[in-house]
Amino acid sequence: MIHSLFLVNSSGDIFLEKHWKSVVSRSVCDYFFEAQERASEPENVPPVIPTPHHYLISVLRHRIYFVAVIQSEVPPLFVIEFLHRVVDTFQDYFGLCTEAAIKDNVVVVYELLEEMLDNGFPLATESNILKELIKPPTILRTVVNTITGSTNVGEQLPTGQLSVVPWRRTGVKYTNNEAYFDVVEEIDAIIDKSGSTITAEIQGVIDACVKLTGMPDLTLSFMNPRLLDDVSFHPCVRFKRWEAERILSFIPPDGNFRLLSYHVSSQNLVAIPVYVKHNITFREGSSQGRFELTLGPKQTMGKAVESVLVSSQLPRGVLNANLNASQGTYTFDPVTKLLTWDVGKINPQKLPSLKGSMSLQAGASKPDENPTIIIQFKIQQMAISGLKVNRLDMYGEKYKPFKGIKYMTKAGKFQVRT
Amino acid sequence: MSANSLSYNEQGGAESAVEVGLESTPTSSGAGAGAGAGFGLFSTDYKKNEDLREMLESTKESLKLEAMKRIVGLIARGKNASELFPAVVKNVASKNIELKKLVYVYLVRYAEEQQDLALLSISTFQRALKDPNQLIRASALRVLSSIRVPIIVPIMMLAIKEAATDLSPYVRKTAAHAIQKLYSLDADQKEQLIEVIEKLLKDKSTLVAGSVVMAFEEVCPDRIDLIHKNYRKLCNLLVDVEEWGQVVIISMLTRYARTQFISPWKEDGIFDENSEQAFYESDEEKLGTPQSKPYIMDPDHRLLLRNTKPLLQSRNTAVVMSVAQLYWHLAPKQEVGVITKSLVRLLRSHREVQYIVLQNIATMSIQQKGIFEPFMKSFYVRSTDPTHIKTLKLEILTNLANEANISTILREFQTYVKSQDKAFAAATIQAIGRCATNITDVTDTCLNGLVLLLSNRDETVVAESVVVIKKLLQTQPTQHSEIIKHMAKLFDNITVPMARASILWLIGEYCERVPKIAPDVLRKMAKTFTVEEDIVKLQTVNLAAKLYLTNSKQTKLLTQYILNLGKYDQSYDIRDRTRFIRQLIVPNEKSGALSKYARRILLASKPAPMLESTFKDRDRFQLGTLSHTINSKATGYLELSDWPTAAPDSSVRNVEVMEPVKEWVPSMGKTKPLKSDDKFYSDSGEEEGAGEEGTGSSSEDSSSSSSSSSSNEESDSESEDKNSKHSEETDSSQSDKSSGHSDKKKADKKKRLQLKKKAKKAAPKESDSEDEGRKGKAARTGGSSNSSQASGSSETSTGSDSDSSSEPDTDSDSGTDQKKNPAKPKVKGEQKPKKEISLLDLDDFSPAPVASNKSSILSPSLLSDLEGLSLSSTPPAIQVSSPVFVPMSSHELLHRMTGKGLAAQYHFPRQPCIYGNKMVSVQLTLTNSSDHTLEDISIGEKTSSGQNIHRFSSIERLEPGASVTVSMGIDFNDSTQAANFQLCTKEDQFSVSIQPVVGELFLPVTMTEQDFRKEQGKLQGMNETSATITMAPENTSNQALSKKMVSVANMGVVPTGEDSLYRFAAKSVSSGDLVLVSVDLTDSSSGRLTINTEKTVIGSMLLRDLKTALAQP
Repeated sequence: MIHSLFLVNSSGDIFLEKHWKSVVSRSVCDYFFEAQERASEPENVPPVIPTPHHYLISVLRHRIYFVAVIQSEVPPLFVIEFLHRVVDTFQDYFGLCTEAAIKDNVVVVYELLEEMLDNGFPLATESNILKELIKPPTILRTVVNTITGSTNVGEQLPTGQLSVVPWRRTGVKYTNNEAYFDVVEEIDAIIDKSGSTITAEIQGVIDACVKLTGMPDLTLSFMNPRLLDDVSFHPCVRFKRWEAERILSFIPPDGNFRLLSYHVSSQNLVAIPVYVKHNITFREGSSQGRFELTLGPKQTMGKAVESVLVSSQLPRGVLNANLNASQGTYTFDPVTKLLTWDVGKINPQKLPSLKGSMSLQAGASKPDENPTIIIQFKIQQMAISGLKVNRLDMYGEKYKPFKGIKYMTKAGKFQVRT
Repeated sequence: MSANSLSYNEQGGAESAVEVGLESTPTSSGAGAGAGAGFGLFSTDYKKNEDLREMLESTKESLKLEAMKRIVGLIARGKNASELFPAVVKNVASKNIELKKLVYVYLVRYAEEQQDLALLSISTFQRALKDPNQLIRASALRVLSSIRVPIIVPIMMLAIKEAATDLSPYVRKTAAHAIQKLYSLDADQKEQLIEVIEKLLKDKSTLVAGSVVMAFEEVCPDRIDLIHKNYRKLCNLLVDVEEWGQVVIISMLTRYARTQFISPWKEDGIFDENSEQAFYESDEEKLGTPQSKPYIMDPDHRLLLRNTKPLLQSRNTAVVMSVAQLYWHLAPKQEVGVITKSLVRLLRSHREVQYIVLQNIATMSIQQKGIFEPFMKSFYVRSTDPTHIKTLKLEILTNLANEANISTILREFQTYVKSQDKAFAAATIQAIGRCATNITDVTDTCLNGLVLLLSNRDETVVAESVVVIKKLLQTQPTQHSEIIKHMAKLFDNITVPMARASILWLIGEYCERVPKIAPDVLRKMAKTFTVEEDIVKLQTVNLAAKLYLTNSKQTKLLTQYILNLGKYDQSYDIRDRTRFIRQLIVPNEKSGALSKYARRILLASKPAPMLESTFKDRDRFQLGTLSHTINSKATGYLELSDWPTAAPDSSVRNVEVMEPVKEWVPSMGKTKPLKSDDKFYSDSGEEEGAGEEGTGSSSEDSSSSSSSSSSNEESDSESEDKNSKHSEETDSSQSDKSSGHSDKKKADKKKRLQLKKKAKKAAPKESDSEDEGRKGKAARTGGSSNSSQASGSSETSTGSDSDSSSEPDTDSDSGTDQKKNPAKPKVKGEQKPKKEISLLDLDDFSPAPVASNKSSILSPSLLSDLEGLSLSSTPPAIQVSSPVFVPMSSHELLHRMTGKGLAAQYHFPRQPCIYGNKMVSVQLTLTNSSDHTLEDISIGEKTSSGQNIHRFSSIERLEPGASVTVSMGIDFNDSTQAANFQLCTKEDQFSVSIQPVVGELFLPVTMTEQDFRKEQGKLQGMNETSATITMAPENTSNQALSKKMVSVANMGVVPTGEDSLYRFAAKSVSSGDLVLVSVDLTDSSSGRLTINTEKTVIGSMLLRDLKTALAQP
């Protein structure tokens, strides 16, 4: 399975290596660097690179390439999924997964990698189990360890490792018992020139933060479960129950986890909460272009559209943009040709707009294509699909937990073609 | 980087050390914990690696820990820290668990390079393997098995075997992982490892399942027979296995199912998704008449599909993908659709996941476009996608195109064509071309669209369009003169050589359709010929030639002009072509028959190029595999076999317990014994009714039922046997115990045994019942008389006693091997007379098919074990003989300098010790080399190592220069641990130690070849170690080999009838266990050395000694 792992930063240095079988020379990464050079963008590096004796499977997260060395046939997704799990774990442990964080915590990183794989086969990837084996570094613990000489490494086999609920440790205790659920929906859409929707779908997740004492057994039911077209569950959810009654029944992991992700397909009509009026023109022969953009709310059920951010990759011929924003600030990077406009909140009475001119390279011909506009936004207290949680019940424990549910809608891959 | 680390290693000098110091600063400060103290304290003399060593050797835990943390930092950055090995390895037994773990990390990294030093740590792990804490046991096994030092292979083997029977499933899981490591270290251990795998496959813990299947895939993926009995269990456990294990199990089951079930991809199939009734009840009926009915899915096949389906909802993308490929390769075509939604969901994941999933969808969508069509919009390209994702989406959209959706797709393509990503735009044009050829309705529209693109400003787009138009026109050459004219007009504006060449070719090919334009184009080309690219020049020559043939009146001169230009071109390709064309088309006296055919050669109708998906041939690889992704066979790729034409016997998967689901539901355990209680003495039909649904019904006629019923009957008879065994136990517990011993290693068929145990408990103990007695005998003899296999099963059932009993029990048996022999004849004697009486009764259901497949699951060692047992009615004549060879070399015990004049040497006379039969006799030669008389030489009372030593009687005086030889006896307890004792004189005491060579711990025995084989048969499996040997040429002769062997170890030669086979036998002095050595020469210089003994440690050490001895001249 996974032979070795190399961590490569954006400037092409290997700053960490770990081998689970015999040592593979880091020169194997040369093939990776070659591919990296060939690719114009960092994302264009192919995830699977065959070399004469090994296969390199890499993922790119937080501008770090995680390059796994494989020696024989293995499902590539197996490796990719695992690498992402490693990144998630690092993020979970160190707050953010940057080169500096990894270098600072190199010992913990090594201990984690040692526990996560045995001989290249995943051993413990469940965050609850790992945290019992190796405690995440905190300032307090560092101080305590220095004084008492105790360590971050657990001595007992984590209880989860053997139980039927490996995701939950036993003996959890809280003074305030609380369970929060966030229903977050993202709209993926492509809007064409004329403003009609080409494709739109909703991807939703329910993220939970559960801090409950003991072994609570929760059930969560929806007002309209039929909406959910395709779902994937955290392993804790009892699939049979969902099949039969459309009820989520589960013993939750301790802490933060993703309970469910779902898909509301494009077959259902998706309400698009914003519209864009745009007029971007380049005239043949002139070195000037017009740029006009107006945003407005639409089908938001009275909720405000917040944190709006517009970005667009202008054509290469554009030298500079001289624009005027009615609200918020805009920036144009003349090197990458990336225009970003931080709008903020959309006020329905006074629609935000960005107008002005672009100067083009003299003598260059008119660009073929108008740029695509990418919009990000947030709408609080609303799930755009209309999904509603009906009730949350707890069994198995005596106390009364504090429960909370929050809804939010965000833009996913929301693109407007102009 | 490497240069850095090199200099760092070799010199450790100031310069490079400074750099190291600087580099480790962030590490140590970040690593925090004990850093503060250690760092501050040593910051002054921190410049050298020495300080790490000092810190490791200090007494303070915190310093050690800090040092280890910095070393791990070095390892992580790929620096070499191997020189610290001795200092690090000392801390392996540390109490501090974090320190210990870091030492483990270090050890695993460098053990391979420092094998000798790594051995120092082994004993710590061996101790930790017995730790009550399962985490410690497991981690000790993990590290022990990760140390890639070939010399500890036997120790690893032992540890794995022990861990495989550990009570903690976590330890067993670790054992499964260790199997793969050992296998990669020493592939010779395969056979033994397969046995462990077989055992672990039966494990019911979800924790173990994934890991052991992984080991199976690595070590013996072709032993599909090991899966049969576990198939249903694995299917049922699957949902509860951890996600990584699920992936491995699913892909293994996919391969399995392809070999065991018949293809569901036939028309008029009947699919019984929800008819629970049909699954098991009508099983035997289906199999009875497989031809007459159309197709009914094997219930096991259905079971797999049903149990994997929920996993499509997994959050792990690898699991979803593996279920998808399982459905793709195994499910009936109309059911494959269920996977699409889940696959489309994965497209929301990271880009790498998208890449793999899209590739697989691309392959699928070629064969079954229908299932993805509803999700077409999910494959629309976003401007932010990376290029490789874009092209894959394009590929899929093209595959999905049909008459109904083509207009939508083309509209979408129009947007893509304008993309700023020009490589993607070009790919889109190719995709349009493919759509146009596949769907004839839109060919014209596409052509027109492409022609419009010809006026695009971007060269790559234009070029690609021309190329695609060329291909399209070739497929439909009849009507398109307009387009050719249009292209001819655009010709002046197009600069990309490939595009220009394409246009020229087109005009030349269809010059008869554009008779006016073609010569004009040629005229233009003649003007610019010299400045064109080669590829354009070639096509110009081509065009000229074609025009000359069709329209020589107008173009004769032009053609000659161009040919002349070509004649003096710089490129030899063009000169060649020109010469060739001239000879071909211009008739002259030299050109022979060929010019007659010039027209047919140049203007032959050419086949249209095929515009096909690049994923067309990907389906030869299993979906979801690495090989599929890279489109070539990866190392270790296992082909998916074709469906068998006829279904293999499905009864092999029957497990004679209950349905596996119930096995691990505790509440069911109680009901089962009750059932079997009722039916216990009834005949086979009824027994089956009580059995699980899978075994079929009571109908006696159909063949399958008879086979399954007979297998059931067998188990029935075994349980009877078991029961009668039990009754026997009451009158002759002695004999029972002995046979229990004999089978202690056969942990086969646990499930069955469990049933039997339950049945046994439930059955009333009417041991005096006549009926039962008869049945018991019948069953037993039926079992043992027919074949060794059958006897195997009955034997294993008797073995259940020792099996179920605790592990230490079986361990203690090892010493009693010899003693059990006398007891055995008694048991056999009782059985024999009964054989004839009952043989007939059982003939009816003696199960031919089941027996044969039994044999396949019995391991060979077990078989020969049983053979050995059934033959050993008389104890073999094994006698201790005199040594064949006594080496005269002696070893130094005490040097005269250290012994203040007293020198002592010892040697092994290889005689049976007269002082005690467990002792090895040792001869000491004491010499007085001092100038004064030594008095009262004796061995001190205290021995430090705990061996039992028979001392020589004290020597009163030894004159200067004189020497005396005394003999003593030491019980080494069959280990090579040194015997430490003190040699005393009147004045002094000297500590000395005798380190025995393993070969001296034996006494030679003689036996016949037959006995040897018999004994060897008993000592198989874990008691066998073997290795391939290469021999020095001097040792290959008969004499030399024997001499070499007996000089290394005190063994007796066993006469053999075969030429290339040598056998030696000995018994260990202390425990009296047999040690059997055989050398099988495969050719003159190499062969196979096998050692069979219960003392596996000794066996492996001896193996090593012999191997090295034979290699030396």
